[in-house]
Amino acid sequence: MTTLSPSIAGRQSQKAMALLDIRQRTGWLFMAVVVGHILLITTQISTRRGVPVFEAVTFGVFAEVQRAASTVIGGVRDVWQNYFALQQTRRENEALRTEVAQLRVGLQQERALAEQSRMLQQLLELKRETPLRTTAAYVIAGGASPDFRTATIDKGTSDGIRPDMAVIAPAGVVGRIILPTSRAAKIQLLIDRDAAAGAITERGRAQGIVVGTGTSLRLDHVPGTADIQVGDRVVTSGIEGIYPKGFEIGQIESIERRAGEYSSVMVRPAVEFSSLEAVLVVLTESSVAAEASDEASDDEDR
Amino acid sequence: MRTAGVLIAIALALALQTTLARFVVGGTTAIDLVLVTVVYIALTSGPVSGMLAGSLAGLIQDQLSTGVLGIGGLAKSIVGFVVGAIGQQFIITTALPRFVTFVGATVAYQALFMGLYVVLGLRSFPSPWKAIGTQALGNAIIGMIAFSIIEALPGMIERRRIGRRSRH
Repeated sequence: MTTLSPSIAGRQSQKAMALLDIRQRTGWLFMAVVVGHILLITTQISTRRGVPVFEAVTFGVFAEVQRAASTVIGGVRDVWQNYFALQQTRRENEALRTEVAQLRVGLQQERALAEQSRMLQQLLELKRETPLRTTAAYVIAGGASPDFRTATIDKGTSDGIRPDMAVIAPAGVVGRIILPTSRAAKIQLLIDRDAAAGAITERGRAQGIVVGTGTSLRLDHVPGTADIQVGDRVVTSGIEGIYPKGFEIGQIESIERRAGEYSSVMVRPAVEFSSLEAVLVVLTESSVAAEASDEASDDEDR
Repeated sequence: MRTAGVLIAIALALALQTTLARFVVGGTTAIDLVLVTVVYIALTSGPVSGMLAGSLAGLIQDQLSTGVLGIGGLAKSIVGFVVGAIGQQFIITTALPRFVTFVGATVAYQALFMGLYVVLGLRSFPSPWKAIGTQALGNAIIGMIAFSIIEALPGMIERRRIGRRSRH
């Protein structure tokens, strides 16, 4: 039996610690992370059905973070605007400053109120014109990744919102609900690459499917014999059972033909997705019935 | 402490990405603040931190999007690792190399991300070059601004402190 000198033993224990320290094993760690991700992707592709609970919980929690962040950023923006206005007015005459600032603030408030009431009036008009049962909601956040076109609204299952409900705005179709939680819901915008809707042109009654391209829309599966022109209005056909029939999707922007067939029909969306603030969610019959039965059971419980 | 900083940076980038997405560039956000954060972490903290930050940030982003969980995570992990390794091998402290790094990282990320979706037959990306180019440019500009602000901050604080002391 030989005994190790203290210096050798110390060096060996340091070596052992270094081997245990995961940061020293970069290559293995990299491989583990890559393999982990691949396994995760593989599992989902083979078994992905409906909405996983984990996804719903994460989205629900993050919707609250988004709500808070939206409030904070709104506050910071207001503070910054006030600071800016103050800096400008300092240069002006002392006597006029208060009056001008008050007038400006007043004017801005009036404008904001006018803008808000205009928007709400439009929504109300649409709500009146639409025979469907709808609920209004505000957009509180955009998508987490620029590769997916989604938005978050401030209403969820507690307001009767269910997956696959259509979301519309005064200008036209916005998208559909894909993930509702109790107080918020995620919308897949119609311009998302994974989104699609049955469509028909108003003039020539040519049917097709509108699909998102990430920034715009494309009308696919239009028969080569169909009568379509640039500028034709494209509306929902209701064929997919999500969007109500006759709502505007957009206008045909360009048409390309190849070998007698339509190779590319681009559609300019009717909705300005960059300034989307308030929307209407179309409550389908099933959700209305579910809501009514919930209320009935609540009454019975009472 | 560093881990907490990384987590806060990712959370902040995600919150800003989702909140500001509505106000930026006509709603079609041409920047990925989360990717910018991952590249920054990789350049300043090395490949392991870059990879772990990329993995975490990508997974959260996947979770909050409508995509397959793991694809963004995998792409961002690889980009974080490679950028971190490059940052250790080369001196990336001036504007041009940083600009090139951000552009390269965005292009690599998009190639991996879109490539995986196409290979798995889940999505198609007809003519994505304009979108990739815009995002690479946007990310590089935001990344450069972030680097400049973060690097200038300690000096500014120190100058203000000295200025205050000299007044007294």
